Amino acid sequence: MKYDSPGRKLFLAGNYMFLTLLALTMLLPFLNVIAQSFSSPGAIDRGVVMFWPVEFTLAYYEHVFQDVSIWRAFGISVYITLLGTFINLAATASLAYPLSRPEYVGRKTIMVFILMTMIFTAPLIPQFILMRELSLVNTLWSLMLPTAISAFNLFVLRTFFAQIPNELIDSSRIDGCSEARTLWSIVLPLSKPALATVGIFYSVTNWNKYMDALYYINDRAKYPLQVKLRELLVNEGMTDTGNMAFEASSQSVQGVQMAVILVATLPIILLYPFLQRFFIHGMMIGSIKE
Amino acid sequence: MADRNHAAGLGTLKNKRKNVLGFMWKYKALYLISLPGLLFFVLFKYVPLLGSVIAFQNYNLFAGVTKSPWIGLEHFERMFSHYDFLKILRNTLLLGTYDILFAFTAPIVLALLLNEVRLVLYKKIIQTIFYAPHFLSWVIVSGIFVGILSPSSGIVNVILGWFGVEPIYFLGEDSYIRTVLVGSGLWRDVGWGTIIYLAALAGINPDLYEASNIDGAGRWRQTLSITLPALLPVITILFLLKIGDFLDYGFERVFVFQNPLNIQSSEILDTYIYKAGLQQLQYSYATAIGLFKSVVGLFLIAIANAISKKATGESLY
Repeated sequence: MKYDSPGRKLFLAGNYMFLTLLALTMLLPFLNVIAQSFSSPGAIDRGVVMFWPVEFTLAYYEHVFQDVSIWRAFGISVYITLLGTFINLAATASLAYPLSRPEYVGRKTIMVFILMTMIFTAPLIPQFILMRELSLVNTLWSLMLPTAISAFNLFVLRTFFAQIPNELIDSSRIDGCSEARTLWSIVLPLSKPALATVGIFYSVTNWNKYMDALYYINDRAKYPLQVKLRELLVNEGMTDTGNMAFEASSQSVQGVQMAVILVATLPIILLYPFLQRFFIHGMMIGSIKE
Repeated sequence: MADRNHAAGLGTLKNKRKNVLGFMWKYKALYLISLPGLLFFVLFKYVPLLGSVIAFQNYNLFAGVTKSPWIGLEHFERMFSHYDFLKILRNTLLLGTYDILFAFTAPIVLALLLNEVRLVLYKKIIQTIFYAPHFLSWVIVSGIFVGILSPSSGIVNVILGWFGVEPIYFLGEDSYIRTVLVGSGLWRDVGWGTIIYLAALAGINPDLYEASNIDGAGRWRQTLSITLPALLPVITILFLLKIGDFLDYGFERVFVFQNPLNIQSSEILDTYIYKAGLQQLQYSYATAIGLFKSVVGLFLIAIANAISKKATGESLY
């Protein structure tokens, strides 16, 4: 590799160009959304807004901040993300720990039993009927309990826990720690990176939750942000009306939509630099095959 | 004599069982801790699976599973004789095929290209950008795409306009919707998909490349003879999982792009199940379709696994 042939140089140049272009196609739509959310309706309408606001305005954001239902949906999403992720971590860690210990007889069978649920999933309606029977329909629990443990994240944590030397755990047992105490004071503190990874996966899933809310929540006052956002995207404009004339007349709506998109994405954008440190590692642990 | 042996055998068996039970008793706390998690899988995963029997009933909310009348395969017969269903199945199969052709292969190619990048900082920045869209919800992805594809103000049509192309209403035409669905999927997940392959690429022993260099192999030759074979196990496993999801394109990612103008091409099994089941309350019929989907997925994964086991030695189980 000390000397690159002309063909190789050409390939490398092409490669850098291609990757840069690809990165731009991922970045530019988002910049376009940001620019539109700060541009006047007229400018959006004329199709002159590219990646920088034209005729700068904060009107859409004022509109969004004054809409109580958006704030309520935002609050519900924060709630199910915080409480939901806590439930996720507690439930996942408390199952992953026993499954990671050689003393747990039958753990292989149980792993197969869990793996099966990844390959063969129950149809929607029986799940819905179960939620009805449990009286969880129209409660925020319906967005947290049925997704308390993801098999993938369970395997990530279990693999990580299994790497903790058994001697360490035995010595804590000899010192008179109960299993729960061992888990809490030895295993969990040693597994902070894995917990962070899994916690990130869970919280992003919880924040982005849309389908479950569509299935289980009818009460508009309990809509999480994604459902509210979808409602704004559909009702005030484009996708479902499928009517170009209507769309053209409601252009100022597009600015509001772009502003809401940005508000809903902001928490993830702010956290992303911190997330990135962890998730790559987690993806790799999770994909290890036994 | 035989009796004695038999008795002794039974004795050790009994002892063994006693030992195991004693061993389990010693670590009873472990079982106690695992109980809520196990209960979760039984209640939320296996109970609804058993509940799928309503596909063979005329399920009625008030009668419940126990008292609803059994009608055998009627719903399945109805399903296959239904013109709409066949069209929806076709849509699902087409999307599944495109998904394998494009969404499955693109991350492999992209990972190979990323692997050629030697500028560390550039690589870091570009990976940061590539992974980011994966964290956006489908609702937001659809919002962004609806925005940039809008016929009047969308940036795509503005750019097409520079070349004299008339505005296209991408989301309002049957002929474009599959492209939009596959394209938005690629946009969101192609970067994310490279992570596993990049990890596998990083694990290849550099000596192999060194040795092949001395033997006079070019880069292309190295890619074919070292890199791809090294990736093959990962590719196989992911491919098997993908095959199992062939009919499972995903509810959210399609539903958020649907509108009355594109529904003829965009209705898939998952979205149809939602509409037939939760909106039109045809519980048993929707369950029958869901069960059909799950069973086909299981069959596909079993067949693909058997073939792969024979051909490459790689398998899921």
